[in-house]
Amino acid sequence: MCQPAALLGLLLACSSSVAAETSQWVDLPGGAFRSVLELADSPLGTGIAPFSMTLTPVTNRQFLGFVLAEPRWQRDRAPTTLAEARYLSHWVSATELGNNALPDWPVIWVSWHAANSYCRWQGGRLPSWNEWEYAAAADSTRFDARDDPAWRERILAWYARPSATALPSVGLGTPNAYGVKDLHGLVWEWVDDYSALLVSSDNREQGAADQLKFCGAGALSTSDRDNYAVLMRIAMLSSLEAEYVTGNLGFRCVRSP
Amino acid sequence: MALLAAYALANAWAAPAAAPALPRDSVYQLDANLTDSNGRALSFAQLQGKPRLVTMFYTSCRYICPLVVDSVKAIERELTDQERQRIGFVLISMDPERDTPEKLASVMSQRRLDAARWMLLRPDGENLRGLAGVLGIRYRALADKEFNHTTSLVLLDAKGRVLARSDRIGGTPETEFLAAVRKAATP
Repeated sequence: MCQPAALLGLLLACSSSVAAETSQWVDLPGGAFRSVLELADSPLGTGIAPFSMTLTPVTNRQFLGFVLAEPRWQRDRAPTTLAEARYLSHWVSATELGNNALPDWPVIWVSWHAANSYCRWQGGRLPSWNEWEYAAAADSTRFDARDDPAWRERILAWYARPSATALPSVGLGTPNAYGVKDLHGLVWEWVDDYSALLVSSDNREQGAADQLKFCGAGALSTSDRDNYAVLMRIAMLSSLEAEYVTGNLGFRCVRSP
Repeated sequence: MALLAAYALANAWAAPAAAPALPRDSVYQLDANLTDSNGRALSFAQLQGKPRLVTMFYTSCRYICPLVVDSVKAIERELTDQERQRIGFVLISMDPERDTPEKLASVMSQRRLDAARWMLLRPDGENLRGLAGVLGIRYRALADKEFNHTTSLVLLDAKGRVLARSDRIGGTPETEFLAAVRKAATP
């Protein structure tokens, strides 16, 4: 297997798993989009530029390829300022997956910094919140299914499921109308600007020092208050710090043409 | 595969020269490129070597940002000459598009910031969110080119470990935080 060794030997030994892991990218056209975050400063909605998104969340196998090529991201070496102690703690060792992290399961227990570095290494980046929300608004037949109560119910039902059960592999679900898989139902996902969510829009006023902290739900003026699923996601993302890891948070990458 | 190997090798060879030994809990472990107000490029890790007070700001804002500079100056004012010589003040811009070195230099002179200990830095755009991440600062670019942001003063030791932080801005530093700055600036 992939025991730590001289870098070249290690790369050769693991070449099959590394070489096999070219991400599949799906092209999304972009366009005008109404975000659930009706930000006071952009009431007319958001324009999304065309971009490509990975077909599925990043898997354990793919992330193993990354830490083998970039040993500083192995869990026993990664800076704790960039990934807290539980980073990749479900792997059996720093360079082996084991039974709690099957190769095709989405990688979890990864920090924003680790996810960001992986995407850069792939020549991409993490999606912005708007890009993610735009892609995730689609169901299998419609580009924007958000107004359909049945679709919302399905997503909420997933949120209600206990996360202790084993993860399914990526890619088993039906692709959405754009051809992207697993945006709902598998893991929560990091976005690049997780720390831009819920920053108050009132905090520029001089002397309002107490309001310099982002102001929780008060900062969120949503155009769509019934869309609890998206609100839960925003609340979850906005509670994170960049070095945090959790057992149900993974990521995928995007790139611009 | 060949590309990956080349990438890994390039990194392995670059490592000994580029990465001085830093503790795993140092914020300087973040790979980030910055430019100072003289147009000189430096890496975030190059800030190691003395304790520093670090925060983020942007120069074109009308309200809070002058206060950010005021907050750091208020601490500077409380220090003895000797303490001042042992600590650095670092303001990193969250608006690298507009905060050119020239712009930063003009703030240095307008606000009479002593170049012996003040550094105003412009990060490469792709490093911005990561820098805010290790400093625990949240920000959002607004459509009108202003930013909403949280404001924290972060005190780092010479190796980049976080010693203390303060969310208070304005002319009166928090007592405990000031004490931590003093202590860091005392040999």
